[in-house]
Formats: sequence, C-alpha cells, structure tokens
Amino acid sequence: MKDGLVVLDEVSYSYNPDRPVLRRCCFQLDADERVGLLGTNGSGKTTVLKMIVGLLKPDSGRVRIFGKLCRTERDFREVRRRVGFLFQDSDDQLFCPTVAEDVAFGPLNMGKSREEARQIVSRTLSLLGLPRFEDRITYKLSGGEKRLVALAAVLAMQPEVLLLDEPTAGLDDAAAQRVVDVLEELPQAMVIATHDPRLLDSPVNRLLRLSGGRLVAESDGDGAIGHLQLQTKP
Amino acid sequence: MSNVIENAGSYGASLAPTNGWCLNGVDPRTRLIAAFCFSMVVTALSSPTTLVAALGIAVVGAGWTGALTEQRWKRLIPINLLVLLLLGLLPLGGGATPVLSIGPITVAREGLVQAVLIGLKANAIVLGVLVLLARLEMASIGHALGTLGVPAKLTHLLLFTVRYLGVLQREYGRLRAAMKVRGFRPGVDWHTYRSFGYLVGMLLLRSVDRADRIVMAMKCRGFYDRFHPLDRAALTARDAWFTAIVLLVLAGLTVLEWA
Ligand SMILES: Nc1ncnc2c1ncn2[C@@H]1O[C@H](COP(=O)(O)OP(=O)(O)OP(=O)(O)O)[C@@H](O)[C@H]1O
Ligand SMILES: [Mg+2]
Repeated sequence: MKDGLVVLDEVSYSYNPDRPVLRRCCFQLDADERVGLLGTNGSGKTTVLKMIVGLLKPDSGRVRIFGKLCRTERDFREVRRRVGFLFQDSDDQLFCPTVAEDVAFGPLNMGKSREEARQIVSRTLSLLGLPRFEDRITYKLSGGEKRLVALAAVLAMQPEVLLLDEPTAGLDDAAAQRVVDVLEELPQAMVIATHDPRLLDSPVNRLLRLSGGRLVAESDGDGAIGHLQLQTKP
Repeated sequence: MSNVIENAGSYGASLAPTNGWCLNGVDPRTRLIAAFCFSMVVTALSSPTTLVAALGIAVVGAGWTGALTEQRWKRLIPINLLVLLLLGLLPLGGGATPVLSIGPITVAREGLVQAVLIGLKANAIVLGVLVLLARLEMASIGHALGTLGVPAKLTHLLLFTVRYLGVLQREYGRLRAAMKVRGFRPGVDWHTYRSFGYLVGMLLLRSVDRADRIVMAMKCRGFYDRFHPLDRAALTARDAWFTAIVLLVLAGLTVLEWA
C-alpha cells in the first residue's frame, strides 16, 4: 500500500470490551485530500480522530503517520506537532487567560522565541479575521469566537494535517458559515467529523461514513466512485 | 457575517487597561508588592494616631483614584461585622481599668482600646489592598505572582480556577435547569437528598472528564512539562514613580509611629 499522510490499518478499539467502537477499521488520508467523516452520534468519529494523534492507542492494528509507524507516546509527540486537532468543545482547548497567550501556547512549546510567537499570533488572528483579539479574555468570548480562536490556536502550529471534530456544532448560521469560509481557504489536508451539510458541500472532497465500527465510502466528491448509493446532499 | 465577530470586539473584556485611570500602566507586580508591604507595615503599627493616619491615607487613596465602586465598598461590611463582634466581646475579658460594671460584668478600658485598634488596622489594610489591586484582572494577578517566584503549581491552580469556574457554573446551571423543567422541587425528603447527591456527583465526574480533555488538548499542542510565558513586560518610569510614592507613605507612617 502506498503510504498516505495518515494510515489506519485494521485498528480496533473499545472503551468497554462488551461494546467495541472500532472493528478492524481502515482509513487513509492522502495529500490535498479533505475527507468528511459522517456517522451517527456515538458511532466513533471522535474516537478515530483521537486515535490518529495517539490520544487513544488501538487495541490492535497499526497507526502510520507520515509514513512512520507510531506506537509509543514518544512517536506521537512528533506527530502532534504536525497534525492539528480541533476539539469538539472549544472550552477544552482554550485554557490560557488571554487569546494571545492561548494562540502562542503551541508555538512556544515548539521552541519558538517570544518575538516569533507574537508574530505568529498576529498573523494567524488576522488570517481568521480576528483583529485586536490579542488581549481579549478567553472565557468571556462568545461560542463562535471561541471556536475561531481555538482554530487559530491549532493553525498557529502550522500543521500539515488538520483534524476537525464538529467544527460548526453549536454555532449560529453566520458563525458556522464563517468557519466554513475559513476552512475552504486553508491549504492543508484535513479530516472533518461533522453532521453539517454546509461543510459537506465545498470544503470536503471525499465522504466516509462510520458504521458498525468500520469506515465505508459514502459518495465521491467528484462523483467518480460511489462505493454505496450516491446520496443527495440536503 | 464577519461583523458578528467584529462587533463583539467592542463590548468584550480585555486585559489591556482601560484608559484614563491613574494606576494604569503600573505593573501588576509593583502593585502586588506595594499591597504586600502596606499590609505588613500597617500590621506592625500600634499607636492609634498612626493607625488613623493609615486609614486616612487609604480612604484618600480610594477617593483620589476612584478605584472603589459601590460594590467594592461593600466588601468592607463583613470585616466590620467582625470588628463589632470584637468590640462587644474584648472589653469583657477583664483589665486594669474598668470603665463600667453592671453586676458581674465589667467593661475594661484595655479591651475597648484593643478592639478599636483592630478595627482601624483591619479597615486600613483591606481598603489599602483593594485600592492598590483595583481593576486588576485575576489573570494578571496570577501572572504577576508567577513572575514574582510563587511556585508554578499555585499560580496554575489560580489561573485554571479562574478559567474554569465559569464553565463549571454553567454546567451546574444546565443540570439544575434540567432538574427544574422536570418538576423537581427541593424538599426535606430522601428524593431531594438523592437528587442533589446525583447533581454533585455528576458535576464532579464531568469536571474530571473535562480535566482529561484539557490535558489531551494541551498535549496536542506540544505541552509536556512547563509553561512558556508570552509576556515579560519591562518595568517603566510609572512603576518608579508609584514605588517612590508608596515608599514615602510607608516611611511617613513608620516615622509617625516610632519618632
Ligand atoms: N471516555 C469514554 N468512556 C467510555 N465510553 C466512551 C468514552 N468516550 C466515548 N465512549 C463511547 O464510545 C462510542 C463512540 O464515541 P465517540 O465520541 O467517538 O462518538 P462520536 O461519533 O464522536 O459521537 P458524536 O457525534 O456524538 O460526537 C460511544 O458509544 C460512546 O458512548
Ligand atoms: Mg464526537
């Protein structure tokens, strides 16, 4: 098999032995791909994403990122610098008092100097259309602002791959549309777990559905290989 | 659509100081040290004249800086309730010079003086500290403590508490509302105790879960052992002025006390 950016090879996982969440699940993400991950609530979308960055270790199967087999915490440390993960709940992600500190947190951990970090902060915030947000206090932001700032915090690490867990959940139309617009402009390969039809339209070019602990192709963005029945998007 | 976010900027709170206030630009660290020194000196004072002077300075400071809103003045109430209690009790402890005696109860002059002194001291310290630390965000205080060498564990505890208190409160509010809409009315029965038990247990479990997720999110951004602060602001001329004024006041109090 040609190595993609991210490869899950027959991984299985269960939080509780009676109810396996992933069953010999396979997945591959290639450069320039934007994969939409569908599935009912509790089907294991978040679990798949966490597995890719090593927050959960598979019970069996292999995780291969950037062509390298990853097993230990040490392997994944390197992975986490290059794969950005946007959490489902932004309150989990924004823990620094101010926006600037939160966005700078990743770059500083990567060994950037304060000056560089500050530049990255202002560049990233203006990229997302959040001017003069540096000194705002994270816990006083609105839900939509929190999501965008969390995205800024992820992008500040300049990741090569983005994993987005329900990036538009809980946002109103305007805020959700804004997130969609931002994602459309980003160059990275990404995996987006979502229920939002807006995201499935333009940012995504391949759809997968998680059901029964495995990933199956839902329909192709270009309409080339419909593995299952082509579904009309709402 | 982008104005949703831009408009929000106008009413949002910010760590940047609001303009037009005289302690602006004075570093939180300087203010913390000043507050600490002021409390130390006032604690050591014992002559009534000096204590009145100290309280006077604190009151004048409060008026001059306009630091204390009505809400903050109210913080003096609990302290003074305690002082009233002392004023009632201490004089009964016996002493050399009785002022008044009703039957077996003797009101002593020493106790009365002691209670008044404690009252002056407590008010001067609380008021002084409130003035010196007014309008500082908890976050800046946490950072200032950190750079002043308070152990990282303690300052992190403070910062995380500030950050997540609101989140927990919202979570509590949601759970409580969920109980209410299903017709729950607290009473004096097992059902009430059990339900509140579940509520508290749920809140604890959720906090633990959230802590796990926060650690995960931090790991994802390359955190393994320590924080790298973004700000390391230098002290300015304003800090020098401020320090000079505070030192002058403290020196004045000391001289008044022991000269
Ligand atoms: N920490 C946990 N402990 C035990 N079981 C868990 C835990 N996290 C998830 N699960 C279970 O694993 C299954 C998959 O969860 P996961 O969060 O991956 O679903 P999801 O597809 O992301 O759902 P949603 O759309 O609601 O976010 C669910 O049945 C859930 O109950
Ligand atoms: Mg999920």
